[in-house]
Amino acid sequence: MDFSVVVEYFPRLLEGAWVSLQLVLISIVLGGVFALPIALARISPVAWIRAVPFAYIFFFRGTPLLVQIFLVYYGASQFDAVRESFLWPVLREPFWCAIIAFTLNTSAYTAEIFRGAIQAIPQGEVEACKVIGMTKFQMYRRVLLPRAFGIVLPAYGNEIILMLKGSALASTITILDLTGMARTIIARTYTPMEIFLAAGAIYLVISIVIIAIFRQIEQRQNRYLGTLSIKVPDKG
Amino acid sequence: MKLKKMVLGSALLLTAALSAVSVQAADKVRFVTEGAWAPFNFIDEAGKPQGFDVDIARALCAKMEADCEILTQDWDGLIPGLKVRKFDAIIASMSITEDRLKVVDFTNKYYSGGLRFMGRVGETFDLAKLDGKTIGAQRATLGAQYLEDNFAGKANLKFYDNQDNVYLDLISGRLDIVLSDELPTYNWLKTSESGSKFEFKGDAFMKTDNIAIAIRKGDDKLKAKLNKALDAILADGTYQKINAKYFPFSIY
Repeated sequence: MDFSVVVEYFPRLLEGAWVSLQLVLISIVLGGVFALPIALARISPVAWIRAVPFAYIFFFRGTPLLVQIFLVYYGASQFDAVRESFLWPVLREPFWCAIIAFTLNTSAYTAEIFRGAIQAIPQGEVEACKVIGMTKFQMYRRVLLPRAFGIVLPAYGNEIILMLKGSALASTITILDLTGMARTIIARTYTPMEIFLAAGAIYLVISIVIIAIFRQIEQRQNRYLGTLSIKVPDKG
Repeated sequence: MKLKKMVLGSALLLTAALSAVSVQAADKVRFVTEGAWAPFNFIDEAGKPQGFDVDIARALCAKMEADCEILTQDWDGLIPGLKVRKFDAIIASMSITEDRLKVVDFTNKYYSGGLRFMGRVGETFDLAKLDGKTIGAQRATLGAQYLEDNFAGKANLKFYDNQDNVYLDLISGRLDIVLSDELPTYNWLKTSESGSKFEFKGDAFMKTDNIAIAIRKGDDKLKAKLNKALDAILADGTYQKINAKYFPFSIY
């Protein structure tokens, strides 16, 4: 093991880490924006409105992220119609292809998380809203969504961590994210252990920061629950 | 308690499995190739590795009277895999380079190649005017290294996991120019569906590029055996027969 290569190439690894962070941040924000309407449609009482997000979620949760990336990047570019369309300036860039694939993927997962959270709100609270005469919009805005936000946090934080790790697949379409950068460095130095360990350590640090941020938000959002709720029995 | 037993049990099983593998490895030569570098190595419709490299490996095995296995592995995992004994010899059109010699040994060459640019038919090409162009190559190849050394920061360089994806992006127009080994490109231009839309640009260079079988450092016994077999197939015409199957000229 020769860790001098890590020192030598660390700035380039950080460059890659920044690309990974951009990929995750942009797709998480876009994914979150799309996820809410998808989740609301998913719990609609009308069957055909429910069916569309169901199919969407079914497809994106049921197929590997790698396949989705390849479909967007190599698949779409096979068609002359795509190459001649106004979309091509966007689709020819690997970065935006990755953003599209990640956004579609994470919005499907996030919609399921939102749906679960909204449905987890006790029925009594929904009835209480109706009893005092709130409209459906008021009920969602004032009670259900803020409540769901608190419930959703742990699972949502988890999804962001998964997205961070999934972003490593961007390296397969020539993006020099943290993994892509590591592989490019290894192609020259032939020191996979050292470089991958360093890349792994950087991923770990990013994860820790994400976890810490979510702890803070969770504590703030769920502070009305007091400390009792986080007590876990010792035996397991 | 139960958990502890389970962990212990699976650890024992794992050890047994691992030792079984190493016993098996002792009397076998495990060749590895990439499987995405036609016509030198590729995967046929039945999922088996084929091509010039694979034919040479089979001919060498016949000469050495060794029990051989031919595995496949992604390109940038070949040398790391060899180092950790996942296989014994890499026969994947690998060039002898100084960087690689620091980590592995090579046999004598079994063919020689060179690098050559390729681009769209009719487009002008000037080595001095590549700034701002998008150039693609396979990651961890001689071509990729050449591009990094000469065009980093000038041209837009893109590196791919395998050569097939380089071709796909050339066809789609994401790449302006590709740098690769001359012989596989020659084959692709001649045989692929889109080959007629592209052509070689400029002359071949780095023609002293010797391609050989990589083995672990210090594995001198295998190196001697392979070199002896290589001499034998060159002398008795087996090599020439294989060569003729893929190219109408000698590539040695």
